[in-house]
Amino acid sequence: MSDSAKQPGQILKQNMWTANPIFMQILGICSALAVTNLLSNTMIMTLGVVFVTGMSNLTVAIIKSLIPRKVRMVVQTLIIAFYVIIVDIVLRAYLPEISRNLGPYVGLIITNCIIMGRAEAFAQSNPPLLSLWDGITSGMGYMGVLLSIALVRELLGFGALFGFQVLPAGFEPWIIMVMPPSAFFLIGVITWGGKYLMHRQGEPVLEGE
Amino acid sequence: MAPDIPMFSLFFASIFTSNILLANFLGMCSFIAISKDINSSNGLGMAVVVVLTFTASINWVVLNYVLIPLDLVYLRFIIFIIVIASVVQMLEMIIDRVSQTLYLNLGIFLPLITVNCAILGVSLFMEIRQYSFLQSAVFGLGSGLGWWLAIMALAAIRKKTEKSKVSAGLQGAGLTFITIGFMAMAFIGFTGLLQVQ
Repeated sequence: MSDSAKQPGQILKQNMWTANPIFMQILGICSALAVTNLLSNTMIMTLGVVFVTGMSNLTVAIIKSLIPRKVRMVVQTLIIAFYVIIVDIVLRAYLPEISRNLGPYVGLIITNCIIMGRAEAFAQSNPPLLSLWDGITSGMGYMGVLLSIALVRELLGFGALFGFQVLPAGFEPWIIMVMPPSAFFLIGVITWGGKYLMHRQGEPVLEGE
Repeated sequence: MAPDIPMFSLFFASIFTSNILLANFLGMCSFIAISKDINSSNGLGMAVVVVLTFTASINWVVLNYVLIPLDLVYLRFIIFIIVIASVVQMLEMIIDRVSQTLYLNLGIFLPLITVNCAILGVSLFMEIRQYSFLQSAVFGLGSGLGWWLAIMALAAIRKKTEKSKVSAGLQGAGLTFITIGFMAMAFIGFTGLLQVQ
């Protein structure tokens, strides 16, 4: 993606919409789908990703002049792993139940391509505060898509939102929404809708693959 | 303690019912990017099988003989990543020496594998489910084979749908996701046979 836009407002728009990591760049899908069956899991997971993307971007931007170019990928991975370990320990201590639900997916934030991608594409060449902002907004773009998938899955799969029953008791839950395939269908539909709207607005559409 | 699961069931489940890709959503990034081309898919699939089998076994040894005795389990993310990166690097050098043809086929995919979440995911599942050494190796092999099977199937389907006319917004990623959804339904159809978590 182009990083010519250096204004905070433009960065926000790019990361949340025109270059959204999920449906425009097809990054970070791995963890995106597994945690979207319940809203509360998704919320915690995406907050973790926002934190890690923001902080690792900030850290990479601060120490980028100290990192030899050849080993920068390794150093970035270690920085990301450091923040992920913090998230993991905090979750275990304060939210043990959600930590159990999320299982290995917290650890898998390390291999989430969004974080590495932002560190490499943005933080390497921009000042620290702007990088922090870029990381946070990228994380929020990810959060927006995931929360909308989780909203549909929890509402139709369990008739509930954040664990509270909202649909009447006679509601027949859609079993498919609890199972993995629904996540693929929903993300496909979101990608379709997002790209369709962008075509309509005449935005330059980046091909994500 | 290690869960009591027959080896064959574990092997079968990791290929089909609990397919690492379609049921656990791991390794999606390279799955979607590479499946455009059937030959690359084959190469990457084979590389994943080899790397998964080795890293699951090695990480089991590291976890049980180094991290647990030293009480350093919280460092497992970093250690696993380092093990994976070094196994990939070593495999690349060995394949380069042993067979030039194999290197040409697999070589370019090996670096990609380090950042494939399926690899780290299998090691983390192995830790959470407390598999024994043999179970870890079988689980790694089965997951790799399942991944290979899934990417080959998707690459073939995409080749067929490539020429079809679809709405502009749906083209590319959108259609691919929906296709994967149908594949996932087919794989999950095996769940009635056996379910291993």
